[in-house]
Amino acid sequence: MAEPTAEPILEVRGLVKHYPLTQGIVIKRQIGAVKAVDGVDFDLGSGETLGIVGESGCGKSTVAKMLVNLERPTAGEIRYKGEDITRLSGRALKAVRRNIQMVFQDPYTSLNPRMTVGDIIGEPYEIHPEVAPKGSRRQKVQDLLDVVGLNPEYINRYPHQFSGGQRQRIGIARGLALRPEVIVADEPVSALDVSVQAQVVNLLERLQSEFRLSYVFIAHDLSIVRHISDRVGVMYLGRIVEVGSDAEIYEHPTHPYTQALLSAVPVPDPGAREHRERIILSGDVPSPANPPSGCRFRTRCWKARERCALEVPELAVPAEFRGLSGPAAHDSACHFAEEKHVVP
Amino acid sequence: MASTASPLSKEPTAPPAPLLLEVRDLHVEFRTRDGIAKAVNGVDYGVRAGETLAVLGESGSGKSVTAQAIMGILDVPPGRITSGEILFHGQDLLKLKEEERRRIRGSGMAMIFQDALSSLNPVLSVGDQLGEMFTVHRGMSRKDARAKAVELMDRVRIPAARERVTQYPHQFSGGMRQRIMIAMAMALEPSLIIADEPTTALDVTVQAQVMDLLAELQRELNMGLILITHDLGVVADVADTIAVMYAGRIVEKAPVHEIYKAPAHPYTKGLLESIPRLDQKGQDLYAIKGLPPNLLNIPPGCAFNPRCPMAQDICRTDVPPLAKVTYEGLTAERRSACHFWKETLRG
Repeated sequence: MAEPTAEPILEVRGLVKHYPLTQGIVIKRQIGAVKAVDGVDFDLGSGETLGIVGESGCGKSTVAKMLVNLERPTAGEIRYKGEDITRLSGRALKAVRRNIQMVFQDPYTSLNPRMTVGDIIGEPYEIHPEVAPKGSRRQKVQDLLDVVGLNPEYINRYPHQFSGGQRQRIGIARGLALRPEVIVADEPVSALDVSVQAQVVNLLERLQSEFRLSYVFIAHDLSIVRHISDRVGVMYLGRIVEVGSDAEIYEHPTHPYTQALLSAVPVPDPGAREHRERIILSGDVPSPANPPSGCRFRTRCWKARERCALEVPELAVPAEFRGLSGPAAHDSACHFAEEKHVVP
Repeated sequence: MASTASPLSKEPTAPPAPLLLEVRDLHVEFRTRDGIAKAVNGVDYGVRAGETLAVLGESGSGKSVTAQAIMGILDVPPGRITSGEILFHGQDLLKLKEEERRRIRGSGMAMIFQDALSSLNPVLSVGDQLGEMFTVHRGMSRKDARAKAVELMDRVRIPAARERVTQYPHQFSGGMRQRIMIAMAMALEPSLIIADEPTTALDVTVQAQVMDLLAELQRELNMGLILITHDLGVVADVADTIAVMYAGRIVEKAPVHEIYKAPAHPYTKGLLESIPRLDQKGQDLYAIKGLPPNLLNIPPGCAFNPRCPMAQDICRTDVPPLAKVTYEGLTAERRSACHFWKETLRG
């Protein structure tokens, strides 16, 4: 894995996305909003992999869509090399989009079944002809197929002729076509079988060092995120609740949600089941249209007290750990942050 | 505990709980446009009361098709059971009439599916769907059935069961819907539950709740549980015995502790090495090369041979039997369908 450099390539500040809820057919009134993302901050270093984990509905995919400009944020900034890209349009937007590409989750629906593999991977060149002049495109596409471990002869085949893992490789080749610096991968391996998952994860790691890519890797599988990430952010109901290096998050989590999440992951070691402590959360995730006041996790938290309902905990090094240099001293949005080992 | 009893052992082991279900040499094919897909090619397994058997495999390994054959819900055609026996309390289910099987489904054995939303009827309230079990199988009145439904929902810990019994499936969250599926499966207290990827569609914190509930109810009712999954983590958490399937065959069968310590089949070994671990930060993941076989054209010999790092000539010609694995300290029965299980076991 490449050493992250000091200068972040992406800086996300106060990112918010609200989807309006309306009532009425003729006269539409807004009666509320689904607060899918509600104040997210993070940095992505050059050559770094930032993993974002969270359960369904926590807003992680909405963050991904905003990073690649498929959704416009309601508020907040996404700075790419210092420049806010959320308000760009026209040529400037096009130029930025070239550098931030996306790999999607489902290799079955994200490839057009009526286009050949060559057309799918070469399509980005239609939009950005400056990257590859017409004559050289076929060769470029074949090179890309080779890079992702597919036979370059397959250029005229259709997606249905490939297996799930191979299709995901096609999606990755398309993401690489414009030689981007940042790749946002939204659950890139969760639709694949275990034995094929490892192949694709290894491919992503190899490509990162080969092309000096920075990854935002979004997944719900905490084990894979740990494997691939340099830093990890944990999301709950539209916010990042804890962020730190992989060792800080997995070995020294201080936020109760992270602890519950980690303790719930089944570990492939039957010896662990007798002595492993499980934190079983009660209830379900509240609706993002009407999140709890104060700390959003308080309705399911075993530590919640009055203060949690009144004050929103900020994402910073908790007071208990401030000034300390140990691995527990990392950003955690909890009033009662406390280190706890949950991974065996 | 049943974990020490081995499903198919011939010699008496203690305690000798009788086999609840025994699948013998089951073969299932599907007629497709491109030819005959051999989905299940000679599966043997058994489960005792109180025991959890995990059937592990990737898509297309035949794990779900075997379960469908046991339940009698295989799509026929295109599917067809070509040979084999499915003994439930000693009775061959494949020889029964549809009417008799219907009676067993629900009261003798029940199934929990992966996707609760598509398994529940969207236009009936959950109370009606749960109550149906009692009106149809037990001939209860609607009023009594409704009371039973509330009781069941309480039992699977759905809050405010009395109010929610009139609600429809879409008004429940994913975890709650899966609880309703479990309640429905438990309704008539069957002796066997087949759970096909019961938590795959759920988030991890909810998955933990649901697996806990399932394990607790299993203990209470002393049911046999066949858990079909691809998740090696879930298996390690709950199973007593594991059967690993590949291309419609069982390639390895072992007590859970033994298999994670030392796999005796290269496929199992590859799977265990290819999963990233929460508790370790490793280097490159080991990746099993190639792809699972096409069921229309399964490789001769051992089906795993084109992907196997240990394959020799014999693997390309001779189908390895599910041979008995023995070593010092092994008390329960263990089997592996590899010509070189001794070498694999040594690592």
